[in-house]
Amino acid sequence: MLRIQEHPILRFQKGRPVRFYFDGKELEGYEGEPIAAALHAAGVKVLRESARFYRPRGFYCAIGNCSSCLMIVDGEPNVRVCTEKLREGVRVQTQRGKGDLRQIKAGEGN
Amino acid sequence: MMGWQVSDLIYIFLRVEWGIKMSESELLATGIVTWEDLKQAPGFPGEKRLKEGPVAVLECLQPIPCNPCEEACPYGAISVGEPITNLPRLAEDKCRGCGLCIPACPGQAIFVVDAPHSDTEATVSFPYEFLPAPQPGQKATVVNRAGEAVGEGTVTKVLNPPKYDRTRVVTVAVPRELAGEVRGIAL
Amino acid sequence: MKQTGIAVIGGGPAGLSAALEAARLGARVTLIDSEDRPGGQLVKQTHKFFGSRKQQAGVRGIDIAARLAREAVSLPGLEVWSRATVLGYYDDRVLAVERGGEFVKLRAERAIVATGASEKVLAFPNNDLPGVYGAGAVQTLMNLHGVKPGKNVLMVGAGNIGLIVSYQLRQAGVNVKAIVEAAPRIGGYLVHAAKVRRAGIRIYTGHTVKRAYGRDGVEGAVIWRLDRNWEPVPGTEKDFEVDVICLAVGLSPLADLLWQAGCRMRYIPELGGHVPERGRDLETSIPGLYVAGDVAGVEEASSAMVEGRLAGLMAAAGLGYAPADLVAVKEELHNQLAALRSGPTGVKIRQGLAQLGEPYNAN
Repeated sequence: MLRIQEHPILRFQKGRPVRFYFDGKELEGYEGEPIAAALHAAGVKVLRESARFYRPRGFYCAIGNCSSCLMIVDGEPNVRVCTEKLREGVRVQTQRGKGDLRQIKAGEGN
Repeated sequence: MMGWQVSDLIYIFLRVEWGIKMSESELLATGIVTWEDLKQAPGFPGEKRLKEGPVAVLECLQPIPCNPCEEACPYGAISVGEPITNLPRLAEDKCRGCGLCIPACPGQAIFVVDAPHSDTEATVSFPYEFLPAPQPGQKATVVNRAGEAVGEGTVTKVLNPPKYDRTRVVTVAVPRELAGEVRGIAL
Repeated sequence: MKQTGIAVIGGGPAGLSAALEAARLGARVTLIDSEDRPGGQLVKQTHKFFGSRKQQAGVRGIDIAARLAREAVSLPGLEVWSRATVLGYYDDRVLAVERGGEFVKLRAERAIVATGASEKVLAFPNNDLPGVYGAGAVQTLMNLHGVKPGKNVLMVGAGNIGLIVSYQLRQAGVNVKAIVEAAPRIGGYLVHAAKVRRAGIRIYTGHTVKRAYGRDGVEGAVIWRLDRNWEPVPGTEKDFEVDVICLAVGLSPLADLLWQAGCRMRYIPELGGHVPERGRDLETSIPGLYVAGDVAGVEEASSAMVEGRLAGLMAAAGLGYAPADLVAVKEELHNQLAALRSGPTGVKIRQGLAQLGEPYNAN
């Protein structure tokens, strides 16, 4: 369990629990927390595959600076999930290689 | 240069720049304060005062810009002054061992030691910011400055008033010979 | 086009302090910050701060952030733009801002850049594996969102950040297997080091990471010793089973906006990398453009807050909001900075500033 239950100094304020989808699998997180935090708490560390050598990538900076955590969110590629907030029902997918903007159109068609 | 050696100058430089003796090289490499380091510090109450009853031991050996301990002492026993990087100096005759300086030190470097607590036991009070919170009466493994278990102690007091701002001050009773060594517990 | 007196870019300790100082003096201020609420990295600091009462010593970083942010929303004349990013600063003193998905232009008579710093990375085989995280990322995940980074951590770097984050990990109930530091000496405050040692965390000075290993994420790390010439010594390897390698190997100023604006920049390793030339009162080579905090040279949050106040004071004074005792107030802030930078722990910043040249070479 990676969620901190009790802390000597801090109290955590959470949004309401929501369901979302990671590569089709249903997971639970808290509304308003970064998608990367919800995924991490659910045990998901690999967020994308690098473009040239297909290496697994996780987040690195967690504050939207470094682009290590780009994923496909509701069909839109290259979303920095370390700052993108979790919403009810959001569909998150592992991004393989460079994001393909044509996927946005495909997403809209759905 | 009046017969001075280069090594003297290096020694004096280190003394001025770092506030403590050259044995500090070990301290800088390990992060562990030794008794020898401590005895050089102006925050050390002296072996004699330690034998007389509860007293603060200021294990602050590096001149960093910091002075909340000075204001925390209601008896004016701690002075930093100007510049703010001075090491805190303890006036051991003024210190009553009340421990108000313990939670005030941002570096968690202040302890209160009551060596003659009883015929066989001493108490050591220290800051504690981990969970689970220790409870009075609880037996606990006591650790030294390297975090190594050195024996068993009994928690005698846990203070956590709002003024301490979530830094608990824990007191453990330990065998008297461990008074200079025990600086925490491992739960 | 929107108008303001002073635009402050970045809502961390420096930016918040700058905005408050200028607004208190009566200037119209717009504070632009990328997060939901201002506070910057302060909102992740659980420890009590050093310094003197003037820099809120003894108060935890999280509580300093809350105090500053509370005052920021209550001050008339200070508007906070959250979730907004400055894209550029132009010659006519116009800022291009992305705010809530919209492109906004803001003309500011004065601007203060307080964008902070970003984390450096360390090169070693497999440093791209998931589980290799910046220390700031670990703090964000753990102290802001309440999620542990993993079960077992190897901390790389025994500067203040590496030591503080190790302690914070322990507070969150995460096991820190060791701290590795390439230098022969602990770089951070010895009181922080002593604190983590008492908590049972060993510090390996003169060691570095040889490699990380693992398939889809970190499963372990091998460290080895460095000799006096910083060359690794074969045969000294130690293996740690960890799922997180936390990198606390320094910060470099987030100076992109200053480059874009055309500030004269200098490379000063002691200050973390490229920093702007600026006058003693923090005005860059571009008149009306000020800097404060880590973007001007990486140091502690306490000094960032004082620099913020100084930049806010001077920017406000330039718009006619000088206090009657401007010179005295200013010198008092300079004295505070000098005190925070005194002693052995301030050597680096003093050397860095000396390299910029007195008084820091701008204008």
